[in-house]
Amino acid sequence: MSTVLAPVKAPSRWARLADSDLWYSFRHSPTAIVAALIALLCVVCAVFAHWIAPHNPFDLATLDLLDARLPPAWVEGGSSKYLLGTDDQGRDILSALMYGSRISLFVGLASVALSMLIGVGLGLLSGFAGGSVDAFIMRVCDVMLSFPSILVALLIDGLGRALFPNAHESLAFSVLVFAIALTGWVQYARTVRGSTMVERNKEYVQAARVIGVAPLRVMFRHVLPNVLGPVLVLATIQIAGAIITEATLSFLGVGVPPTSPSLGTLIRIGQDFLFSGEWWITVFPGLMLVLIALSVNLLGDWLRDALNPRLR
Amino acid sequence: MAQPLLEVRHLRVEFPTRRGTLVALDDISFTIAPGEILGVVGESGAGKSLTGASIIGLLEPPGRIAAGEILLEGERIDNLPPERMRSVRGRRIGAIFQDPLTSLNPLYTVGRQLVETIQTHLPVDAQQARARAIALLKETGIPAAEQRFDHHPHQFSGGMRQRVVIALALAAEPQLIVADEPTTALDVSIQAQIIALLKRLTRQHGAAVMLVTHDMGVIAEACDRVAVMYAGRIVEVGPVQEVIHHPSHPYTVGLMGSIPSMDGAHERLLQIDGVMPRLNAIPNGCAFHPRCPRAFDRCRRERPDLMPAAATQAACWLVAAEREAR
Amino acid sequence: MLAFVLRRLIQAVVVMLTVAFIAFMLFQYVGDPVTNLLGQDATVEQREQLRIDLGLDAPFPVQFARFVGNALRGEFGLSLRQGRKVSTLVVERFPATIELALSAAVIALLLGVPLGVYTALRRGSVGSQVWMTLSLVGVSLPTFLIGILLILLFAVIFKWLPSFGRGDVVSIGGWTTGFLSLDGWKHLVLPAVTLSVFQLALILRLVRAEMLEVLRTDYIKFARARGLTDRAVYFGHALKNTLVPVITITGLQLGQLIAFAIITETVFQWPGMGLLFIQAVQFADIPVMAAYLCLIALIFVLINLSVDLLYFAVDPRLRIERVAAAH
Repeated sequence: MSTVLAPVKAPSRWARLADSDLWYSFRHSPTAIVAALIALLCVVCAVFAHWIAPHNPFDLATLDLLDARLPPAWVEGGSSKYLLGTDDQGRDILSALMYGSRISLFVGLASVALSMLIGVGLGLLSGFAGGSVDAFIMRVCDVMLSFPSILVALLIDGLGRALFPNAHESLAFSVLVFAIALTGWVQYARTVRGSTMVERNKEYVQAARVIGVAPLRVMFRHVLPNVLGPVLVLATIQIAGAIITEATLSFLGVGVPPTSPSLGTLIRIGQDFLFSGEWWITVFPGLMLVLIALSVNLLGDWLRDALNPRLR
Repeated sequence: MAQPLLEVRHLRVEFPTRRGTLVALDDISFTIAPGEILGVVGESGAGKSLTGASIIGLLEPPGRIAAGEILLEGERIDNLPPERMRSVRGRRIGAIFQDPLTSLNPLYTVGRQLVETIQTHLPVDAQQARARAIALLKETGIPAAEQRFDHHPHQFSGGMRQRVVIALALAAEPQLIVADEPTTALDVSIQAQIIALLKRLTRQHGAAVMLVTHDMGVIAEACDRVAVMYAGRIVEVGPVQEVIHHPSHPYTVGLMGSIPSMDGAHERLLQIDGVMPRLNAIPNGCAFHPRCPRAFDRCRRERPDLMPAAATQAACWLVAAEREAR
Repeated sequence: MLAFVLRRLIQAVVVMLTVAFIAFMLFQYVGDPVTNLLGQDATVEQREQLRIDLGLDAPFPVQFARFVGNALRGEFGLSLRQGRKVSTLVVERFPATIELALSAAVIALLLGVPLGVYTALRRGSVGSQVWMTLSLVGVSLPTFLIGILLILLFAVIFKWLPSFGRGDVVSIGGWTTGFLSLDGWKHLVLPAVTLSVFQLALILRLVRAEMLEVLRTDYIKFARARGLTDRAVYFGHALKNTLVPVITITGLQLGQLIAFAIITETVFQWPGMGLLFIQAVQFADIPVMAAYLCLIALIFVLINLSVDLLYFAVDPRLRIERVAAAH
């Protein structure tokens, strides 16, 4: 005797997300919520800098040297026109912060995206092709992992400088993004390779081969969804790292071109004024950098714990 | 009647989760006499391992004992402060877990782990501890015990490792051993040896055993009495031969009927329809009633306690009905 | 065992050759190799002579072999920026970086391991959460920013410690050390602390994660079931098992420290190899870049090898399994 079950409509994607453990975990984690809010705030400031910032610090026409080296508004001598003070050229620190964050975020996100692309691509290739291709790629991974990221980035950047001494701004940015991307792809490659190898041996892949479906297409549809989780967690963790790497490179003078200062550049400029007591030129960009990195890291931490089945 | 060695009264173990509280053990009661081997059998998830964990006080949070008592030689041990409980563990209650490979610390020699256990509980010096450890290794049938003393766990085979684990459990001369699936991870050929060893050694050392397993063959081979668990409850308990050959509870009947045997008529194997309910979906009344071929109205409404049946005790209204009929 | 060591040695050589190759490519094809060797002030005759001497039309493998030969002798030509021999420059700066890196490593270990153990054992306590938050901040702060903040606090506001240079150093043999003078120590404090923060946070989180993993294992459960004391379980069993993988990672971190010293040296104008390298990158001073690359690779390879051997000695499982699995 069989019972006919009435067809049940599967809950929509949004409904499932709302009911999921992930959303529950997010709602009940105060740190995750605060971190997400801060990150959102920073991103909004950065993306809409053009409209939100009170001044445009890079428009030379609006700069007034008489306004240089003003302290923040709440300190004696400051002015409410420049809330966080000005630097030695009269640029408003608050606006410079927003524009600088925009550049920092752009470079950070772009390099992580490129990293993912390279890493996932190579991982898929390595896992699927196997044999000597796989061995070679894994060897490269091993060697790259043992080198500190800063060194790799510096090398590529230095190479870029030597090869294209008078580079156009966008070329300089591309080299920078590429340099940072090269520091992070290995982890994606390894994770994706592992999953690919697991899937490759499954019977449906062999079956697809027999039928004549390109196994590559089957793999894309089945492997990729499986690795999405860990890859996303990796990406969140790496964004903060990429932003910090870019800031470091800019601080060292080998990062973004001087015409588009990022937070790192601003901090470097500010260091010279520490001893003359104008601390705000360095401290505020520094604080902004920390806020961004910290909030992204906190989010990444929460995401990793929430997605880890063993910790539930 | 002599005082039982271990007495569990109305034990209730809960797991608070975000979707509500799950009751993993629901009002369990049983006793173990000194020197007796009690088998605890049931499907995966019935609560057998949790019972053992509760007794040795190693229930993992968020699980907790919500009600009931556990008494060892008449004294409560379920509410002891951690330091007191620690001294009970090993010394009065020993434990054996399922996987001998992961039960031993790979970085220390077998001998060192034995000596450490012995010296924690018994007032002996290093020499005496070592001698005792070697004697234990010999007892558990490990050849060349003096050399093996200095070997690391990965240098032993699976069966040998489990012998080492048994030696460790017996090291401080406990009165009770909780053995949680001691043979499940071993080759079939080794299983019989280990069970025989366990039985022999515990008799020699005068220790009682709570043998948790899902393998009825092991139960039949080693135990004096057996308790059958289902969905966090005990549904039948009694002498092993009686439970196997004259079961009263329909679940036990189904269990025994589903075991293939070499001798006897080749009838069809019994199969119980359905699956054991998940912890968040335990039915009202008797937990087994949705799958029971003989369920009737009372089964759906009221939960039966263990009551005397023909030769065992069973938690079933049929038994009550039969008794009233007589 | 011997086979294992041999394999690792061969791997090391392969890595070194690869790095040498990259350095060689830098030398030959980026900028002018003759300029790289002679500096920018060489005369036309000197250049011509060198071109003939070098046999720059010789086949590629020959040139590469010559490069490797030179590299092995430490001969990398002249710095484009300073005109002095690269090898001299590097040797001059080497002690500064090593002393800085070692000091930072010691700080990171001495604080990181105990704190990691503490936060694992006292999980959920206030102290543990405070340290976990601090460690997260430590990982989110870029090294240069930490340096600047420390300078702001201790050099500008409190004026307790100096903020650049190495102070008074004592020369012993070919080595210059700052450890033997109070001034040297004062100059070492801020940079060493700056360099150590990231490592400290990393080690803390690593030790904690490892310890939590270990505490969940069956053998710890069994140890507790045998009634072993908390001290025996935590420090006798769990800690030992935790430290084995931590050793590997920490050893590798020493190499990272030497590389990250680049940043700290820049912030504090610490006269080490890192500062030299940064100036080389800014100036496109190829010979110095190539030399630094090879030296760093050598240091890394040596550290990796030592750590592998150490691991071997500590984990008894590896002694048999590794040998058996060596293909």
